[in-house]
Amino acid sequence: MTRLVTGRSLGLIVCMRCRATVRAIGEGQSACPRCEAPLFARRPRSLSTSAALVITAAVLYIPANFLPVMHTHEIFSEDDDTIMSGVISLAHQGSWPIALLVFFASIVVPLLKLVALGEILFAISRGRVRHTAQRSRLFRMVEFVGRWSMLDVFALSLLASLVQIPSLATVQIRPGAFAFAGVVVLTLLAAQTFDERLLWDAEARD
Amino acid sequence: MPKRVTDKQPPPPVDELPEALPDRAHRMRLPYVWILPAIVIVAGAFVAVHEKLAEGVPIEITFRDADDLEPNKTKISYKAVEIGQVKGIRVSKDRKNVIVEARIHRDARDYLVQDTGFWVVRPRVTGAAITGLGTLVSGAYISVDVGHSSVPARSFTGLEVPPIVTLGLPGREYVLHAKDIGSLSIGSTVFYRHIAAGQVVAYSLDPGGESVTIKVFINSPYDAFVTRETRFWQASGIDMSVDSEGVKLHTESLASILEGGVAFQPIPGAKPSPQSAEDTSFSMYSDIERAMREPESMAQTFVMYFQGSLRGLAVGAPVDLSGIHIGEVKRVSVEYDPVAGDLRFPVEVDIFPQRIHVRSRAGKGVRVRVPDDSDVGGHAMIDSMVAHGMRGELKTGSLLTGQKFVSVDAEQRAPPERVDWDEHPPIFPTASGGLDEIQDSVGSIARKLDQVPFDQLSAHLIATMTTLQETLKSTGQLMRRVDDTIAPQVSAALKEAEDAMKNAKEALSQGAPLQNDLGSTLLELSHAARSVSALADYLERHPEALIRGKPADPK
Repeated sequence: MTRLVTGRSLGLIVCMRCRATVRAIGEGQSACPRCEAPLFARRPRSLSTSAALVITAAVLYIPANFLPVMHTHEIFSEDDDTIMSGVISLAHQGSWPIALLVFFASIVVPLLKLVALGEILFAISRGRVRHTAQRSRLFRMVEFVGRWSMLDVFALSLLASLVQIPSLATVQIRPGAFAFAGVVVLTLLAAQTFDERLLWDAEARD
Repeated sequence: MPKRVTDKQPPPPVDELPEALPDRAHRMRLPYVWILPAIVIVAGAFVAVHEKLAEGVPIEITFRDADDLEPNKTKISYKAVEIGQVKGIRVSKDRKNVIVEARIHRDARDYLVQDTGFWVVRPRVTGAAITGLGTLVSGAYISVDVGHSSVPARSFTGLEVPPIVTLGLPGREYVLHAKDIGSLSIGSTVFYRHIAAGQVVAYSLDPGGESVTIKVFINSPYDAFVTRETRFWQASGIDMSVDSEGVKLHTESLASILEGGVAFQPIPGAKPSPQSAEDTSFSMYSDIERAMREPESMAQTFVMYFQGSLRGLAVGAPVDLSGIHIGEVKRVSVEYDPVAGDLRFPVEVDIFPQRIHVRSRAGKGVRVRVPDDSDVGGHAMIDSMVAHGMRGELKTGSLLTGQKFVSVDAEQRAPPERVDWDEHPPIFPTASGGLDEIQDSVGSIARKLDQVPFDQLSAHLIATMTTLQETLKSTGQLMRRVDDTIAPQVSAALKEAEDAMKNAKEALSQGAPLQNDLGSTLLELSHAARSVSALADYLERHPEALIRGKPADPK
C-alpha cells in the first residue's frame, strides 16, 4: 500500500482561509503570507474545544428534553409541553408522519450527534486507529444532518409568534426550547471546531 | 511585506513554497471554551435547585371524591391566583375518601395553616345565584381560603361546600337565636333596608333541640348598623296582609322568596349606639311586626283564671288593651284539685308594662314616661289599673274562626279586686264577659222558666179547654139550626127581592113601554101645569072671572 503523505509530515501548512500552501516555520504562531490569517497545521485545541462544546451540549440535552419547551394557553386548557409530550400528543392526534419527523429531528438526531461526536473525540484522544474511515463518514453525516436540527426551534418560534390571540389561545416559549436550541447550536459549533484531520493523525503516527 | 505569491506559476517544489510568517498579533488564547460547560453545569444546577424549590410544599387534602380533579392539571388558586397544582390523587386506606396530593408554591407556604380551607370550585346553581360558570370550560380548580391560625399544617380536610364568607372579608359575625330556622339556609341573604348586607354562614340546633342558633356575617360597612337597638327578623317568603287599606304584599326580595332571608333594622326612634361586638347574640323574630315592638325585656307574667271554655285561645294570642297589644298568652294548662275535685284552667300571660306609658301630672304639664326602674315590673301601675277596674276577659276575636284573645279592659261595676302578687306567677283578676255573659243570662232565663208551675197550669188549661170545647159544640148546634131553618127563608126572601128588582129594572130600561108612557104623561103633565099656571095668572088679574066668567074676547 502506498504511503499517504500529509502536508504536516512534509512541513507544509495550508491556510484555512485562502488555502495557500506554505512551509511551516518552527515553533510559535505563524500567519499566512498571502491573507495574513493565522496559520496552523491542525486547528489549535480543536479536540478540547470540541469536547467542551459536546459536553456542554450533552448537559443541555437534559433540560432540553425534560423542561417544557412550549406553553399553550387555550380557552379550555392550559398546557406545558415538553418535546416528548408534543410528539406523543401529535401521535395521539393521528399525525404520525409529523410525530415521527419531530421525534427524529428533535430527539434522536441531537442524541445521535452527541453520541457520534463524543465517540469520535474519545477515539482520537485515545489514539484509536481502527474504523477511522467509518468515523470520518459518521462525522460527515453529523455535519450534514446538523442543519436540520433547528427545525424544531424554527417551528416553535413560528408558533409562538403567530399564535398570540390573548384569551383564546397563546403559545409561549419555555426554557426547554432555549436549552434545545443550545444543544443544536453547540453541536454545530463542535462539529465546526473539530478538525477532521485529527482523525487520521493517529493513523499517521503509527 | 513578503512578496505576493500567485497561483499562475506552475506548482513549485516544496522547498520553493513561501514560508509562513511569524505572527505576534495572534497570541495564544486562553482555553476559554471550557468555561462553557462549567457555566452550563453551574446554571443547570442552579435551575435544578430552583425548580426543586419552586416545586413547592407538598400537601394533602382529603375530599369525599375526586370529581373533576386531574393530576398535573387542576390548579390551586387563592383569590384566582394560582398558588399550586394537584400532583396526584389516591384513595384513602379506608376507601371512604380520596387524598389529593398537591404542591403549593413556596411563597404561598404561609397560607398553609390549620384553619385554611380548600374546596373544589365547580359550577353551582342555587336559588339566588349561579357561580363557577367559568369552570364549565376551564375545568374545576381548588380554591383556598387562608385561615387565621398560626399553626402550620400540611394535611387538610377539603370542604365539600364552598365557604359562604371568606376569612379575609371585612365585616362581623353575629349570632341569632330563633325558635326555628324557617326557610333559611346557608347562604341566605341578610338584608338591611332591602340591601343585601350579609349572609347566613351557619346554623345549628341548640343542645336540647328547643331552638336554633344562626350565624350571620354582615359585610362591612353594614355591620356598623348592628347595634344594641337592632332587631333581626325572618324575611323569608311573602308576607301578605289584608287590612282596611287593601291587600299588602311584603317581601324583601325575589331571592329571599326563593331561599329565605334575614333582615335587620334598628327599632324606630332608636338612639345612635356603638356597633355591637363580634359574635353578639340577638333574637331573631318571626316577622318585622314582632321585631319592631317595644323591647320585651320587662315581661311580667300573670295567671288568669277564666270561667268557661278556653277553646280558641291559642298560645301567642294577644293580650289586648283597647286594641293595643300589651302582651301575649304564654301558656294554657289545666289544674286539677283532687280534694275539691274541680278543674281550673290557668292562662299564663306575659304583659309588657313598658308598652304602657304613665302619664303623670307631677308639677307643670303632663309627662308621659315608661315605667322606670323604681317601679319594677310595673307593679304600681298595674295595681292602680286593677284598682280602677281593669280585668282580664276572654273575648272572641273572630266569630268565623272562633279565635279568642285576652282583653284587658276597665270593667264598670267590677267588684273591687287586687293583683295577688304573692302568688307565683301573680294572679290577675278576671271578669266573665261577652259570650259568657250571654250564656249566664240565658241560664237565668232558663232557671226562671223552671220555676213556672207547669203542672197546675196544664190542669187549668185542660179544664179550660174542655169548657171551650163544650161552648164550641153548642155554638155548632146553634149554627146548624140556623142553617136548617132560617137560611132557606132568607134565601127565598132574597130571591123575591131579586125578582122585584129585576122587574123594576125592566120597567125602567130605555125603550120600555112604561118609559114611553111616562114620557108622554110627563109632557102632558107639564102642559097641564102650564095651563094651570095661565089660569092662576088670569085669575089673579081678573078675579071676577071666577064669578062672572070669562068676558068675550075684545077682539
